[in-house]
Amino acid sequence: MASWGEASQSRLIGKRISRLSGKDKVTGKAKYTYDINRPGMLYARILRSDVAHATVMDIDLSQAEALPGVKAVIPLTEAGRNLRYQGQEIAAVAAETDDIAKDALRLIYVELEELPFVVTEADAMAEDAPQIRDWEGNQSNPGVNEQGDIEAGFKEAAVTVEATYHTPVQTHVCLETHGNVTEWTDDQNLTVWASTQAVFGVRNDFARRFEIPANQVRVITEHMGGGFGSKFGPGVEGHTAAQLSRITGQPVKLMLTRRAEHLVAGNRPSMTQHVKAGASSDGRLVAYDMRGYGTGGISSGAGFQAPYVYHVENRKTERFNVATNAGNQRAMRAPGHPQGAFAMDSLMDELAEKLGMNPLEFRRINDSSEVRQAQYTLGAQEIGWHRRNTIPGSGTGVKKRGMGVGSGQWGGGGGRGTQARVTINADGTVEAVTGTQDIGTGIRTAIAIIVAEEFGLAPTDISVKVGDSGPGLPSGGSGGSQTTASVAPVIKTAAMAAKQKLFEHVAPLLKAPVDDLRVGTGTIYVASDRTNTVTWNQATGLLGQESISEGGEWDQELRQGGVAGTQFAEVEVDTQTGHVQVLKIVAVQDCGLAINRLTTESQINGGVIMGLGQTLLEERIMDPQTGRMLNANLEDYKVPGTYEIPEIKSIVFDTHRKVTGVGEPPCIPTLGAIANAVYNAIGVRIRELPITPDKVLTALAEKA
Amino acid sequence: MEKFSYVNATSLKQVTSLLSDSGWGEIMMIAGGTDLLAELKEYIETPKTLINLKTLPGMDSISADASGLKIGALTTVAEIAMHPTIQHHYTVLAQAAASVATPQIRNVGTLGGNLCQRPRCWYYRDETVSCLKKGGDLCYAVEGLSKYHAIFGGDPVYIVHPSDIAPALIALNASIKIVGPEGEKTIKVEEFFTLPAANPFRENVLEPNEIVVEVHVPKPNPNTKSLYLKAREKGAPDFALASVAGVFEVMGRTCQAASIVLGGVAPAPWRSTDAETALTGKMINDSVSAKAGEEAVKNAQPLNDNEYKVTLTQNLISRAAMMAVSK
Repeated sequence: MASWGEASQSRLIGKRISRLSGKDKVTGKAKYTYDINRPGMLYARILRSDVAHATVMDIDLSQAEALPGVKAVIPLTEAGRNLRYQGQEIAAVAAETDDIAKDALRLIYVELEELPFVVTEADAMAEDAPQIRDWEGNQSNPGVNEQGDIEAGFKEAAVTVEATYHTPVQTHVCLETHGNVTEWTDDQNLTVWASTQAVFGVRNDFARRFEIPANQVRVITEHMGGGFGSKFGPGVEGHTAAQLSRITGQPVKLMLTRRAEHLVAGNRPSMTQHVKAGASSDGRLVAYDMRGYGTGGISSGAGFQAPYVYHVENRKTERFNVATNAGNQRAMRAPGHPQGAFAMDSLMDELAEKLGMNPLEFRRINDSSEVRQAQYTLGAQEIGWHRRNTIPGSGTGVKKRGMGVGSGQWGGGGGRGTQARVTINADGTVEAVTGTQDIGTGIRTAIAIIVAEEFGLAPTDISVKVGDSGPGLPSGGSGGSQTTASVAPVIKTAAMAAKQKLFEHVAPLLKAPVDDLRVGTGTIYVASDRTNTVTWNQATGLLGQESISEGGEWDQELRQGGVAGTQFAEVEVDTQTGHVQVLKIVAVQDCGLAINRLTTESQINGGVIMGLGQTLLEERIMDPQTGRMLNANLEDYKVPGTYEIPEIKSIVFDTHRKVTGVGEPPCIPTLGAIANAVYNAIGVRIRELPITPDKVLTALAEKA
Repeated sequence: MEKFSYVNATSLKQVTSLLSDSGWGEIMMIAGGTDLLAELKEYIETPKTLINLKTLPGMDSISADASGLKIGALTTVAEIAMHPTIQHHYTVLAQAAASVATPQIRNVGTLGGNLCQRPRCWYYRDETVSCLKKGGDLCYAVEGLSKYHAIFGGDPVYIVHPSDIAPALIALNASIKIVGPEGEKTIKVEEFFTLPAANPFRENVLEPNEIVVEVHVPKPNPNTKSLYLKAREKGAPDFALASVAGVFEVMGRTCQAASIVLGGVAPAPWRSTDAETALTGKMINDSVSAKAGEEAVKNAQPLNDNEYKVTLTQNLISRAAMMAVSK
């Protein structure tokens, strides 16, 4: 049975190892989809709806078609159809230059009859609101869940809290916008450079769409600039590029504009929770009653976790979706968790305060996770929890400091469906190939580490090929923090099998049984006689004209799902300007076996930064007057920059020697930790994100 | 953006004569382009011709002498921010310039461009919204989302002037030299900016055929302390939610004279004579500075979403006054 072995035996696994692609990325050598340029390539753009809701009366493409340099214009809707959100596709153009394509869009004549719209949850649920989809009152049927005896629970409660928590829609803000470069080598063979999280998923989608065999579509994603759950399919833009490419017989590049990226490429749905909860005098959560909703735009899927992490025996929850004339939600880093965590961790603090209990102690009582119990101790120590205000807002001076804590959980155990090959060539070179994709998580480097560990080589000795469906070695999409736990076991077993084969070649030379062979550093030796050794290249030289090429298998025993995390925040609030500065975040994250401790820490850092953005800055702002998103840019849609990023103490919390993904969980506990720290600093609770200066100043004024 | 022809400027005379045939927006001037390019890309402006001012000689330098500063309109924001004399004697100006945008933008953005930049209002910047400023019927901020809009002097257009440098220059009592077909004139920077009640479409008094060429800043008295405070949602880059340019003549803890100009709260840089009066001749302490803040905002007229700016402005003024008398 395969195992990752003891930490003391690992030369590479679990150590801090620089990303193999780091140098290419910082020097610009790394090619992202945006950087791909093909001979004869055309540039495509999409004309989108300016309005939130309208019926298409007429489309005329002729003027655009007549513009010199335009090679193809196609409609993406038709007269009589409805456009249901700003940004929805109307038509597309392919032209010799991007400028010509942009000019051509303005020559497309579109006649729209505008319809009443709702772009906010409040407007959608108003009594006289126009119904915009097949939901009465624009609300889906509520999902109701009841457990235990909620009335008995409230009777037992010594204290209750009733509150409403809200998180707005957040967009993914992938630094590389969605897009593809498509090229038909003939009418049955398509190559796509895609900015995607799912090379094989995109391959299969294109194959279905264009009715060609899947093995005649090749999808390549060598590097990609962020997906966060929004890049699993080709999207309208991908299909459009391939269609334009087919019509013109030329390669086509179609990347979304920043504006379109905000409008149509997915978002994290909003959440509003009305909660009433009770706790017993000895600090047990005894009752939880929640009614809540969110909007995923015109689509459903606005779910969230409630209650979250902490156990409540008696509970009733009711949640539904609200339809609005806005772009569809898509999975976004730990879907449903950060917003649920913000509400739950705020609620926990409110209850603890009513009980007169330290919020950390209150959590300990209600948290059944042993891992998190240990993390609470470590995190509290690292942040200096004893320094917090025992009376919130009691600090003196204009700038007040406070501390808070939040928690999270995730799966990340991986799954079947990855095929890989590890090849050893006679010249000593090693290749590891699989159809996964490196979406910034560092899987390329993790693969190299695993193979190098197995062979006694350096990670840089391993040529890793991922992000290409060409070799026909499928792997799943990178979602749910599943990539490493899905891929690592297969790579490991493939490398083990290849090593075994190499040992079989070496054994006669060393005159030792295969079982007695081991790898050293760049050598193979006999365990019972360590002086009996060959170098790696001497060994591979025995292969002559052959190569060893072995596949691997997913092995349940090499991975495990389920992680716990907790974060502590220290903030400083300027009570004159309302500005919240996060001073420090301590992120204690259960990771299972971290193949590469450095990139695992990077994952945690990135999660914390994203969580910080959601807590303090980010919000899709929809205008009820015009139906438009007012901040579909990076000026008014604010993401954290260097000034916002605090000291982050990322602690890789080792729990076991099995691989678990950790891409999503670190962005979860940040929200509650910061929000609770703000409360601890100023003594006023802000129950609506983001916590911007206007909200802080308004809250302080109301308190005064 | 629309196609345009591009002309390199050779002399001010040539520029003003090219401009003289033009109404607003047909022929436009470009220097750093950090604002104009975005307007062109968003089709907010669609000029037929751009005149490149960067080829004009002798307009990109700073000279300092006993009487004050002369700063050419083509001087970059970065040069102003990093100039040692400005940092020492005209601190408010250096701090305001340093607070602008990002290093990349400061390195190309010019003084003239900073003063003539257009509003950031999200209705104005959306091509598809025909707002009052662009010749439409209404200012959408009045009934719409107005978090970043004006609390002073808005009627009928509630934009805020986005410049950080302008409030600093006004607080320093600077003048601006303008050249037109009829020759040159020098006016106070304070008089350069206008409110929407006078002209809803423009933010200053420039005619379509005039060009800003230089700014003069008189040397402050030796007992002057000046500073720029800028509140924003994000450390950088971000425009001011509210800002205060304060120039104080202080003796000990006594404020002998105060010049206080606000940014981010009105369609033009907004001098607060109420705050100045409340501070002048007073020994500055917590209650005097607080009173100055209160006085400054007593006539504020917030919209639906920007009541917080009233508090913020008040607090920034108090803070500036306290900082003026602290070591």
